[in-house]
Amino acid sequence: MTTATTPTAPVVGAVGTAHTRVEGRDKVTGAARYAAEIPFAELAHGWLVVSTVTRGRIRSIDAAPVLAMPGVLTVLHHGNAQPLETQYTGPMGAPDPTLQIFQHDRVPHAGWPVALVVAETSEQAREAAESLVVEYDLEPHDVAFADGHPGTYVPESTPRAAAERTKGDLAAELDASAVVVDAEYTTPEEHHHPMEPHAATAYWDSGRLEVVDTNQGSIYVAQELAQLFSLDASAVRVRSEHVGGGFGAKGTRAHQVAAAMAATVLHRPVRVVLTRRQMFSLIGYRSPTAQRVRLGADADGRLRALHHQGLNQTSTVYEFVERSADVARAMYDADAHHTVNRVVRLDVPSPTYMRAPGEAPGSFALECALDELAERCGVDPIVLRARNEPAVGPVSGLPYSSRKLLDCFEVGAGRFGWAERDPRPGLRRDGRWLLGTGTAAASFPTLAGPSTAAVTAEADGTFTVRITAADVGTGARTALTLVAADALEVSPDRVTVRIGDSDFGQAMLAGGSAGTRSWSWAVTLAAHDLREQLALGGHVPPEGITARSDTTAAIGALPPRERHAYGAQFAEVAVDVTTGEVRVRRMLGVFAAGRIVNPLTARNQFVGGMIWGLSMALHEEAVRDGATGTHVAPDLAGYHVAANADVPLVEADWVDDPDDEDPVGIKGIGEVGIVGAAAAIANAVWHATGVRHRHLPIRPDRVLAPWDEALPRPSEDRD
Amino acid sequence: MAPSTAGAITLTINGEKHTLPVDNRTTLLDALRERLGLTGTKKGCDQGQCGACTVLLEGRRVVSCLQLAVAAEGREVTTIEGVADGDRLHPVQQAFLDLDGYQCGYCTPGQICSAIAAIEEHAAGWPSAVTTDVRPEAGVAPLTPEEIRERMSGNLCRCGAYVSIVQAVARAAEETAQNTSGANEMNVAGAA
Amino acid sequence: MREFDYRRASDVPGAVALLGAEPEAHYLGGGTNLVDLMKSGVERPALLVDVRELPLDRIEVTDDGGLHVGATVTNSDLAAHPEVRRRYPALTQAVLAGASGQLRNMATVGGNLLQRTRCAYFTDVSKPCNKRVPGSGCPAIAGEHHNHAILGASPHCVAVHPSDMGVALTAFDAVVHYVTAEGPHEVPLAEFYLPVGATPHRETALPAGALITGITLPPAPDAAASCYRKVRERASYAFAIGSVAAALDVRDGTVRAARLAFGAVASRPWRAHAAERALIGGPATAEAFAAAADAELAAAEPLPGNAYKVTLIRNLVVAVLTELAAECRRTEEATR
Repeated sequence: MTTATTPTAPVVGAVGTAHTRVEGRDKVTGAARYAAEIPFAELAHGWLVVSTVTRGRIRSIDAAPVLAMPGVLTVLHHGNAQPLETQYTGPMGAPDPTLQIFQHDRVPHAGWPVALVVAETSEQAREAAESLVVEYDLEPHDVAFADGHPGTYVPESTPRAAAERTKGDLAAELDASAVVVDAEYTTPEEHHHPMEPHAATAYWDSGRLEVVDTNQGSIYVAQELAQLFSLDASAVRVRSEHVGGGFGAKGTRAHQVAAAMAATVLHRPVRVVLTRRQMFSLIGYRSPTAQRVRLGADADGRLRALHHQGLNQTSTVYEFVERSADVARAMYDADAHHTVNRVVRLDVPSPTYMRAPGEAPGSFALECALDELAERCGVDPIVLRARNEPAVGPVSGLPYSSRKLLDCFEVGAGRFGWAERDPRPGLRRDGRWLLGTGTAAASFPTLAGPSTAAVTAEADGTFTVRITAADVGTGARTALTLVAADALEVSPDRVTVRIGDSDFGQAMLAGGSAGTRSWSWAVTLAAHDLREQLALGGHVPPEGITARSDTTAAIGALPPRERHAYGAQFAEVAVDVTTGEVRVRRMLGVFAAGRIVNPLTARNQFVGGMIWGLSMALHEEAVRDGATGTHVAPDLAGYHVAANADVPLVEADWVDDPDDEDPVGIKGIGEVGIVGAAAAIANAVWHATGVRHRHLPIRPDRVLAPWDEALPRPSEDRD
Repeated sequence: MAPSTAGAITLTINGEKHTLPVDNRTTLLDALRERLGLTGTKKGCDQGQCGACTVLLEGRRVVSCLQLAVAAEGREVTTIEGVADGDRLHPVQQAFLDLDGYQCGYCTPGQICSAIAAIEEHAAGWPSAVTTDVRPEAGVAPLTPEEIRERMSGNLCRCGAYVSIVQAVARAAEETAQNTSGANEMNVAGAA
Repeated sequence: MREFDYRRASDVPGAVALLGAEPEAHYLGGGTNLVDLMKSGVERPALLVDVRELPLDRIEVTDDGGLHVGATVTNSDLAAHPEVRRRYPALTQAVLAGASGQLRNMATVGGNLLQRTRCAYFTDVSKPCNKRVPGSGCPAIAGEHHNHAILGASPHCVAVHPSDMGVALTAFDAVVHYVTAEGPHEVPLAEFYLPVGATPHRETALPAGALITGITLPPAPDAAASCYRKVRERASYAFAIGSVAAALDVRDGTVRAARLAFGAVASRPWRAHAAERALIGGPATAEAFAAAADAELAAAEPLPGNAYKVTLIRNLVVAVLTELAAECRRTEEATR
């Protein structure tokens, strides 16, 4: 029998030491089961039918022939689906009506769910779904995103997010500036594309709706489903053990709602898995952006004026703001600041959060504009940033919790060999390749969300942590194991962390780079409480001793501050201007992002973010057909993400930057890695070629275009 | 001859014979996942564009989402569940685990199956798209990081774990080469 | 996917007979394109005749010193074969530039020739497409045609053939062998693909029910100095936006023989006869190479979104031929 006073060598220092993933063996052997892989008796398969038109009304759905097909169990659509609650404030605010499936005959965008076909096997469901004849009354659509669209407006500010912030007299400072950069930048529609498609199995068990899902926050999904189906919060349980990537896309989506509807009708488990093609219209995406940056500076590069305006598209049913201009507010000092995010409603699916929402496209524009300013002023890009380093928040006036941007640049510049760089563009060549290097700054807000956790001392001397966390590949399960071990002063192998079950209670979702910070906070508090209880001595009963925590009060008590993680991005590229090919030869990122819990997984995550930046810079772009308003080639052959061959040696490192407000010292690392990475690459392409690329992705045809007429013709090729 | 759109097939999977009924439409991927419970093989795109469903068919890597199960009748399939030697992980699995050659883990079984085959293809002298001189007289190009990247490009990893994937494949290839050359030496010794 | 019957053929006449008995039938090779098209509803066969077990999986040197490649040889085996690598290195390079290791292990030579365009309008059954539904229109012309044809297209279709292998085969004058119920036949690859015209849905000269049994490559002593360069929008696992297969024989600075074919520019692998004529007998200089490319590209009719391909192909021709000329010069010096 183990007692709480059994002497064990206290092991502290798990945090900060490299540990392989606790579920690693399951993942490399195929034993880890993801959402669509849990077996169920009597499982039925649902297949969504989505609109092939962009705007209009459903005239008819001819379900009868499909119901007669082999194995087909039901066809759900707006003519027979149960009503859903539509007026509520969900865990993410006002609900996106995209979730309210089959409630009416209107089609607000291409790929809108119009029916669910359920059959005994997935092959039968697929063929039946594809055979379902849906007729539409078409209405004209507008999917043409562009700056200057007459529908452009400035959205209402929210308490947490101001649409527009101003300081000083922008026009006067621009007039007084010796150098002005005024440039427009665009980023295209980008998609998350986690490798694991969205999948949910719903069933009723003893009056509870059970959903086996893949998501970034099971409690959020459970609460949203409870509200949609008018159920008590306790009557819905959502579990999500392993998650094959999320990046912002794995919240509550049509597939969970459809599965729950069908399970209610059929009284048996129903699984709905999205196809890769459906993921283009049903899970959200990063809106295209059109941005204008104006920088006014003295001759030495000191900023007098900073103007950054962003524009993104949203759907006609839901307002989502891609906050591209926010990044400028806390980044650089300037006498006058004007930042504004604008929106235009089009007949497109609702966009959503995607890895570093706002910062990813915003930093591309801002950090490229800084590079242009450095060129114009004849100042080194790193020196320029140092010259505009603020002491307090440039717009907020608030102190920084910590700001080690310049430390990142110093360490990074040394490792990258920045000092030897000749700033002049177009001078270096390696065979057919022109070479160049570029840099950019990165930042991402440090956030925390209220969370609860339970830590149990088991009778066998082990410890169990329960928290509705999600490990979307971040290594959160492992990080929390290390955090709990240190807080309990035991070896990590005595700690089991259970996550991804809404029954474990309220907790932050895996988003905003705030998951591990928020959960670690709660786990640490509960563990400390448990240690105090155990310190009193006595036996641990068979059911164990459990301590619970809730960080709501602690997080609510945080004083207003500028809290951010920072980084310095470096890239070297090779450009063949005769073919338009761009290859990244190396990347280095140095980050100041709080205490690093697990260096092995953290480095991987930083590098992964930087590769997202590479992919954004060179590859990613979803294209719409103007005539139909639908996507062109919505698949992974048409939408390119970086393949292995595109990715060189990418290195990430960090400077010591523990957060003094967080019990573990964590800031958050999930998103800062992508921020600035695309700008560093675009700046390197300029350094290689002398041509600025302000529109992503930097495709071969775009690289070729400026050289088209400049290429040596036979008659000019003589000397 | 009446058309038959379904029937029973026999597959040897990880050394074990399985007879299972399939719809002719069933892909090898769905047969593994839905009929046999072998869910280690992943469905990422279902159209040959991501590599998550990679398995070894008669020892060669293929995407199981474009392989009809009925057309694999009588053949040998190795999935991620069959590459370890009992409890001892395959060197590629161990390297992925040790070097963190993954994040979310969903592309991982496909990456590992693909890497096992890629190492064998290179050892067999197959050139790749980045091999400078493909003529047989030029010999086998060393398995550089650039060669690994190209040979592993049929497996997308959205988390962006490519850097550690390449390191893991390189380590496993080195170990495999050492073991192979060790075995050869033993054979030579035995012959002597 | 529609339900279908599946038969595995064990000999060539049997395969042809099986297919002949069912009007809505297809041969199944590696399936890398056909199964995908069946999933997306573009193809809805009632019968698949599996030809993978036919005895057509050999690569043999022919009596005259060329090669015969069986139709079921996989892309991987073709690329890795020592005689292919020795005699036609550009063919190995072209095959290896396509798809991925997994797909090359499945895909067959016969299937590669018959693969369909990846035009996104063709593969999306919710959209019009003259190739899929004759007379329904070609939305690519006014729509997204970034990777569409600049040569040999028609107002009815601007799709490109996606093959890399086919570009090299075209440069090497491959001949396609096929069998019908009437017996064996052959057709030069140059005549295998039909002009687009008003019938983009008619893609090849194969009669209905014909089974490709293999290809022959005539001996090409000049092919030793050959190469394939492909440009695409990521470094691997992507279709070409432009490619060039070339072989060059230069002696004393003069081009004695030249083979040149382009990929991703037309509905078929494009043999650049005009460029070859311009090259042969001329100097092996960058100017002459550019002039030869211009001679071929004079016929280009780019759309607004794909005009870059004219520049791209021109530059690729100059780069590839310059490289090959240097290789010839080195060989010449070494043998002197």
